[in-house]
Amino acid sequence: MFETVLLVMLFLLAIAILGGLYRAIKGPSMADRVIALDLISIMMIALIGVVSIYMETDAFLEAILLLGILAFIGAVAFGKYIERGVIIERKRDD
Amino acid sequence: MKTNDVILQTIASVAAFIILAFAAYLFFAGHHEPGGGFIGGLVIASALVLLYIAFDMETVEKGIPVDYKILTGIGIGLSLLTGVGAMVLGYPFLSHTYEYVDFPFFGEIELATSLLFEAGVSLAVVGAILTIILSISEDV
Repeated sequence: MFETVLLVMLFLLAIAILGGLYRAIKGPSMADRVIALDLISIMMIALIGVVSIYMETDAFLEAILLLGILAFIGAVAFGKYIERGVIIERKRDD
Repeated sequence: MKTNDVILQTIASVAAFIILAFAAYLFFAGHHEPGGGFIGGLVIASALVLLYIAFDMETVEKGIPVDYKILTGIGIGLSLLTGVGAMVLGYPFLSHTYEYVDFPFFGEIELATSLLFEAGVSLAVVGAILTIILSISEDV
């Protein structure tokens, strides 16, 4: 019973990732694609959580935190590239 | 154009310390659990990259005055010295040992010399990643 619930959750999360992938491919502007990639990585965090419950192990919990950090840094880097055109500046212009 | 990064800079200066604490956890958990020197170095490098993105290169270099090319050399030298140290004591190259030591507050802790090797790997990874990223972001 519980494994069925977990499999249904995996299926729904896969559908959510496919929805994000549709927006990442089809998205008219660059910002749509960045938000869609951020959504995909957050859905992958949820997927890792469900998979680690399904496999009855706690070896993947570091990967959850790591993927959260990498998703944040990637989204910030893309946002700064869209706004300024550079990611790491030599000196701020203020 | 004058822009205001106050939200990004506040979040980054708090989140960098959380990421560094996670890196320290990954580094010390590597002997018995997932983690280790390589991924610990990568997480330290990602915290520093977050600071470089939120602030600029001159501000971070004023706060962290480290030459990352020299840091890579120090890391590789430290990893090499742990191997040479085993040769000095008459064992084969890179043979490691461990010992259980009683600390006053933490109790019995397993101290392994592979921690020094992993520290060298970690410093080399941080130095190499930041050298690559700062080199390709020059002169934009």
